[in-house]
Parts: sequence; C-alpha cells; structure tokens
Amino acid sequence: MLRFITSRFLQSLLALFLVITATFFMVRFVPGGPFTAEKAVTPEILRNLEAHYGLDKPLWRQYLDYLGSLARGDLGPSFKYPNRTVNEIIFDKVPVSAELGAISLAVALVLGIGLGTLAAIRRNTWVDYVASSFGMIGISIPTFVVGPLLVLLLAIHLGWFNASGWYGPADRVLPALVLGIAYAAPISRLTRGGLLEVLNQDFIRTARAKGASEFRVVTRHALRGGLLPVVSFLGPAVAGILTGSFVIETIFQIPGIGREFVNSAFNRDYTLVLGTVILYAVLIMALNLAVDIAQAWMNPKVRLES
Amino acid sequence: MTSLTSPAPAAPRPAPVDEPIEQGNSLWHDAWLRLRKNKLATFGLASLAVISLACLLGPLLSPYGYEEQNLDLGASAPSGAHWLGTDTLGRDLLVRLLFGGRISLAVGLAATFVALTIGVVYGAVAGFFGGKLDAVMMRAVDIMYSMPFPIFVILLMVLFGRNIILLFVAIGAVEWLTMARIVRGQVMSIKKMEFIEAARSLGLGRRRIIFRHILPNMLGPIIVYTTLTIPGVMLLEAFLSFLGLGVQPPMSSWGVLIKDGAEKMEEFPWLLIFPGTVFSLTLFSLNFLGDGLRDALDVRSSKD
Repeated sequence: MLRFITSRFLQSLLALFLVITATFFMVRFVPGGPFTAEKAVTPEILRNLEAHYGLDKPLWRQYLDYLGSLARGDLGPSFKYPNRTVNEIIFDKVPVSAELGAISLAVALVLGIGLGTLAAIRRNTWVDYVASSFGMIGISIPTFVVGPLLVLLLAIHLGWFNASGWYGPADRVLPALVLGIAYAAPISRLTRGGLLEVLNQDFIRTARAKGASEFRVVTRHALRGGLLPVVSFLGPAVAGILTGSFVIETIFQIPGIGREFVNSAFNRDYTLVLGTVILYAVLIMALNLAVDIAQAWMNPKVRLES
Repeated sequence: MTSLTSPAPAAPRPAPVDEPIEQGNSLWHDAWLRLRKNKLATFGLASLAVISLACLLGPLLSPYGYEEQNLDLGASAPSGAHWLGTDTLGRDLLVRLLFGGRISLAVGLAATFVALTIGVVYGAVAGFFGGKLDAVMMRAVDIMYSMPFPIFVILLMVLFGRNIILLFVAIGAVEWLTMARIVRGQVMSIKKMEFIEAARSLGLGRRRIIFRHILPNMLGPIIVYTTLTIPGVMLLEAFLSFLGLGVQPPMSSWGVLIKDGAEKMEEFPWLLIFPGTVFSLTLFSLNFLGDGLRDALDVRSSKD
C-alpha cells in the first residue's frame, strides 16, 4: 500500500512538473506581451516594465527563476493588477469558489446517491423511471442552459432570488443548485448501476438471511461496494465542478477564481494565468490521488500495481 | 417416477412471431433489431436524423439569409413570418439556429474523428505490442488523465486565437484518452484468441492481422464510445463558445446562440429557449442512442 501511494505520488509530481512547464512556455510563445494592449507606452517605459518583471532575461533564466520562486510558494506579482501578488489574488478569490464548490458537491452527492439508491431498490417501478429520467435529462442539459433558464424563471419572473451577485445566503442557492444538479445526474446513474450489481451478490443474501432490515442491508452492506463507481467518478467530478465554476461564476457574476482565470487569460496576465493553472492542477491531481487511495482502501479487489 | 411438473416434452417452443427465423443471423442485423426495440434509442436516432437534415437543408429552403438583418423589425417574438422570432438585429432565429447547428454538428463530428483516430491507433499499438512499450504508453495516458485539460483548451483558445480548426484539434486531442484505454483493453483480449493464433500460423503479417482480424472485432465498443464522445465534444465546444472562446461571430454555433440568448433573456426569452432546447435535445438523443447501442451491441461498460 505504501509503495502504491509513493509511486502514485511521484507520478503526480511528474505530471505537475509537465503542466507547469507546458503552461509556462505556451504562455510565453504567444504573440503579444502583457503590455501590448496598453496605449501609448514608450519603448523606454516598456523596457522598464519588462526589466521590473524580469521579462528582459533569457527565457530559460525566467523559467528557472519561476521554478525557484515557486518552490518557495511564491507565484510572483500580477502583471495587470499593479502592486498585487498572485498569491494575494488567489487567497482573495479561492474561498468564494471553494464555498460554491463545497455546497454544489454536497447537493450533487445527496441528490445523486439518494436518487440512485431509490431507483435501484425500487427497480422498474415509477420511482426508478422518474429517477433515471432525471439522470438522463441532467446529463444532457448543460449548465449554461439550465442556469439562465432557472434565473429567468425563479429570479426574474418569480423574484425569489437575485439574478446575480454573491452577498447573502440566498445568493448561494441558484448557483449551487445548477452546478450540483449537473453532477447529481451522473452520480445517480453510477449509484443505481453499482447498487444493482451488488444487490444480487451472495453476501447481501446472507445479510438478509441473518434478518438484517432492508435499510441496514442497503446502507451498511450494499452501498459500500455499490458506491465504488461513484468514488472513482469523484475525482473527475470535483475537477468538473471546479472548471464548471467558470460558467457558473460568469452567469451569476460571482467573484471567484474561475472568472478570474478566464479574465486573466484574456488579459494575458502571465503570472496570474500560470498561478491559477498550477492551483487547478495541484487540486485535481491531489483529488485523483485521494480517489485512487480511497478506491484501493474500499475494495480489496482493486489490484495495487506498483 | 416420471416428472409431474414439466409439460409434455414434445411441444417445441414457438418461435417469436415478429422475428423472421431465417434472417437476421448476422451480428449487426441482430444488433439493429435490438436497437429498434429500444424506444428511447429509436427516438434518439429519429430526432438526430430530423435535426441533421433540417440543419443541412433548412437554410436552403428559408426565405431569409442567416446574416440578413432587419433593423426596423428588431427583436420580434415568434410569428408566422419568423417561426422562432428574430434577434435584436432582426435576423431570423430559425435560420441562425440551423446554420449554428451545422457548425456545432461539424465540430462535434470532426473533433470526435480526431479523438477516434488518435485513440484507436494509440490504443491498438499499445495493446498489440504489449510489454515495455505498452507500460510506457499507458503510464503516459495515466499522467495525461490527471491533467486539467479543459483549462488547457481554454488557454489554447485564448492564446492562439479562436480559430475553428484549432478548436476541434484541441478538443479532439483532449478526448482521445478514454478511447485509447478501451481499444487497448480490447486488443489485449482479442489478440490472445485462437483465430488470431490461426491467422498468425497462416503467415499473415502484423498489419493484416491488426486491420483485418482485430479491428473488425472491436467495432462494437468503438462505435458505442464514439457515439458517447460526440455529445461530450459538442458540450465542450458550446462551453467554450459560451465563455466567448469558441466560434466567433459572424459565424455562430449553438453555444454562441445560447450565450447571446442568455444575455438578452430578460426581454427576449425566446432567444435563449429555442437554442437551448434544440441543443439539449441533440445531446439527449446522442446519449440515448449511445446507451441503446451499448445494450444492442452488448458492450459491457469497459472503463478499464
């Protein structure tokens, strides 16, 4: 187990290094620097600006410098927000996105596992059909259609919520619902499939024969194995919730890191782009690692290749 | 003691009436019959056919051009003259929707084709040759799986201009990983079978074995997964277009129309509702068709 974790960890580090390197050079090889958009910058000022940010050094030197400061946890200054560092901006925006992500994930898990379990234990009844249709509809209607439609209906016509903004608790409802439903759909399908497979197995019959209540059979025995597909989906799901927040934060005008990332890419704010990509990469890889370990821990049958 | 419970042994089981007995013995014919019995999949297939045909032929039949503006009219609700209404520049929404569909479907198909080609070749090579090469290639896939690819696609689109060729290459380059895994697994299991041994003992070359004997036997999973990749790709395109990073005006795709509609939905809700519905219906149909094909071709969910 330890060997497995170490090898996966090293693999993640390698991937992270590749992401950093690829992004660094991708951003640098693009025509147009961060200061080209500004009007009337004299060559002198441009030179000074570039010297200030170290852009006048050779590329390999910049790369090594960047890796060096990265090792110290410093993501450098922002090019577009004067006097602010990327670290500050990230610390400023991440809590907003993290809150949105956490609520959405909770919605997705509760709704998805709940509906999937109901569908599986009431297989081929109307409960199953309703829950399964929800799964298919939820997968097929994208967040950027559901989001505006819900805003139109619940915020503009019925006036229950604000159409956008991120102030009171009520402003959390619509964004988290839209993002959560999108992931509740696949989770409900995976839960249903996983449970159906498990419910036919001998140990479930044994549990029933021992006189365990149906509730206990499902929650204590079946769900543990039946949720395996859900656990392996959680890595991509959380990653999707993170990137899905680009759209949600745009629709609902939420001041989170997703919207900041899209803006920084438009603005060619090199350091901020790099910083956010690294942040996302670290998060996603850490999650995948955690999922791999959780999966191995939950299922002795998952072979631990080392 | 004679059996009391079983009925007279002579009575043969009646053949199902609706199925001809002699016909339909090929795998594909069987699959087709099974697919047709699946109502949702048939619905998906039919609605896809209607939508594609409409997108292809509709603009030719319409009296309006897709860029034809009518500023006096402005945004108007659906009417006899403009079935789905017009946008703020007085352009007919139906024609724009059908034109946008051409782009969305084309991106979906083209990017899927890129993903399909890379995935099948990569997976087949890794699976066929096995050993160290396979280990290295699949480890590379593992590493790429853990990367934040949608973010890379966004970066690519922002940095290197929003051109449509780059769009489907970028999307295709992201979506091939799962295909490679599926194909590799299939090749690994098929190449151990006896008929491959037989082909080899007959002296057939590797290329012939791969293309004539292995590939045809894994068409099922490939078709199923391709069908399920198309909606994912179209979603990614629309996602990018919605953020303003995909297809650029005056060209339009469903993603662009949804973006425009969402901006103006307060006053002109039809600009959001129609594109959103058609796009969702298309994804819906593709997902149902893919699911139906999976059952019809009896492909087990082969994630690993």
